[in-house]
Amino acid sequence: MTKKIVQIENVGQSFDTKKGRFVALRDIDLDIHEGESIALIGHSGCGKSTLLNLIAGLTRPSSGVMLCGGREIAGPGPERAVVFQNHSLLPWLTCFDNVYLAVERVFAAKEGKASLKQRTHEALELVGLAHAETKFPHEISGGMKQRVGIARALSMQPRILLMDEPFGALDALTRANLQDELMKILAATKATMVMVTHDVDEAVLLSDRVVMLTNGPAATIGEILEVGIERPRDRLALAHDAQFGECRAAIMEFLYHKQLKRAA
Amino acid sequence: MTAAMIAARPGNMAGTDATEADAGRTAVSIDETGNELPATASASKVADGVKEKAEKSLSLPAEPLAGRIGEWARALLGIVLPPLAGLALLIGIWHLATFGGGGIPGPGQTWDAAVALFSDPFYVDGPNDQGIGWNVLASLERVGIGFGIAALVGIPAGFLLGRFALLSQMLNPIISLLRPVSPLAWLPIGLLVFQRADPAATWTIFICSIWPMILNTAQGVTRVPQDYLNVARVLNLSEWKVFTRILFPAVLPYMLTGIRLSIGTAWLVIVAAEMLTGGVGIGFWVWDEWNNLKVEHIIIAIFVIGIVGLILEQMLMLVARRFSYENR
Repeated sequence: MTKKIVQIENVGQSFDTKKGRFVALRDIDLDIHEGESIALIGHSGCGKSTLLNLIAGLTRPSSGVMLCGGREIAGPGPERAVVFQNHSLLPWLTCFDNVYLAVERVFAAKEGKASLKQRTHEALELVGLAHAETKFPHEISGGMKQRVGIARALSMQPRILLMDEPFGALDALTRANLQDELMKILAATKATMVMVTHDVDEAVLLSDRVVMLTNGPAATIGEILEVGIERPRDRLALAHDAQFGECRAAIMEFLYHKQLKRAA
Repeated sequence: MTAAMIAARPGNMAGTDATEADAGRTAVSIDETGNELPATASASKVADGVKEKAEKSLSLPAEPLAGRIGEWARALLGIVLPPLAGLALLIGIWHLATFGGGGIPGPGQTWDAAVALFSDPFYVDGPNDQGIGWNVLASLERVGIGFGIAALVGIPAGFLLGRFALLSQMLNPIISLLRPVSPLAWLPIGLLVFQRADPAATWTIFICSIWPMILNTAQGVTRVPQDYLNVARVLNLSEWKVFTRILFPAVLPYMLTGIRLSIGTAWLVIVAAEMLTGGVGIGFWVWDEWNNLKVEHIIIAIFVIGIVGLILEQMLMLVARRFSYENR
């Protein structure tokens, strides 16, 4: 059994609104193991991102315990890097400087400037953007921006990579491209990942386990699907793979049959 | 490359038509005023010349350089001609309105006075009789000092107000109450406190230029996208890094808007303040020339004030464009 990186025990999240208490999440129990890729899937508004923000430490749970590396998650930390849906690059910094900001924060205490620059350079090389270091975010495409976001997250050498619908805003071809690259990067770095998605194919393709959330309010984990497909995975071969089809069907069954949204 | 140039041709021809129409319109406006001012006449001559050049360049597609010059000249003409036509119209109306005599001098008279005035803008003949250059500089200095202090106080205050909700709840009602007050109402307070006219005028500038800077900076701080602040939190940046790398660059465009509004108001107010406080300055100069009944000087002063204000505005627009990341 591999080591647990993140433990979520009986966690609930509720917000006080004008109309009273709104329960977003309840009774969440989940362990995330080292080197594992997890997809969080569910209908929009079910609290997928809320759960991710809890792991990131951007919000604190109303009840329950959240541990990372055996210690309570009290706030954001460099061991849990986040890739945001809308890339969130700072428009006044170059790609290099955007990544450098993260590198500097994590490693400046121990390493010299040359080493920090080397790390930044390597992170951008990993996502295939070494040539665009001096460009500003507005000068590059949406897919490239998302790559810089991934490079920024990876450059911190996090124990776990948290991704909030990272490819949601991209066109299908770019998305497929980045998914393939992400698989390569995960295989090379053996990183742990939690990804929020609403794309069934993406969930099956990228993850070892698909965590399916029930509809909100008061969403909780409905089912967990083990994706037993061997790595490395090939998108084309999987298109006709029976196991892939079964996983897909199981998630579809959950989303569109058991958790069908009443006319939203 | 040639294909692109050929493809671009029809658009160019349309551009030529527009220029010709513009030139025609200018000629008509000259006829209407019945007064061929030398500047406008030469402008229309230039227009004819350019028209010829443009036609030549169209008939010689083998010469891309000439074509490019013609294109460039046409673009320039499109920008320059309409404002010139407007100015000609204004001068024409001015001329007609003052034709029958009366207290207000006509364009020609004012022009002569301006030539005399600007031939020696920096003379000093006692404290109350100095060249127009010194007067403008004195006013600019007051605006600079008052505005500078206002920026030093107002911008940090704006950051605090934007960052701390309690502070903004405390001070917003006060700001709302004081902001609509005419800055000149503060002049007596300044005179009382400083006992001298000069700092009182500066004080008035300070008061009128501080509000836009506080309010715009505060608004900019509250409008920093949550995404960027989340980045700061996830990266766990130090307060100093958050300020220099996220808060300040994100707020800068709002801050510059505040500065622009402030300078505009300050330049409006200084004329009135100086009329009341006296000394050297363009506002006092206007008042002085009124007492001397040199009305043409007052009209010159109006133009000078307008031009200086325009230059200040354009300079700040340039700075703002340099630092705006939103349109990127």
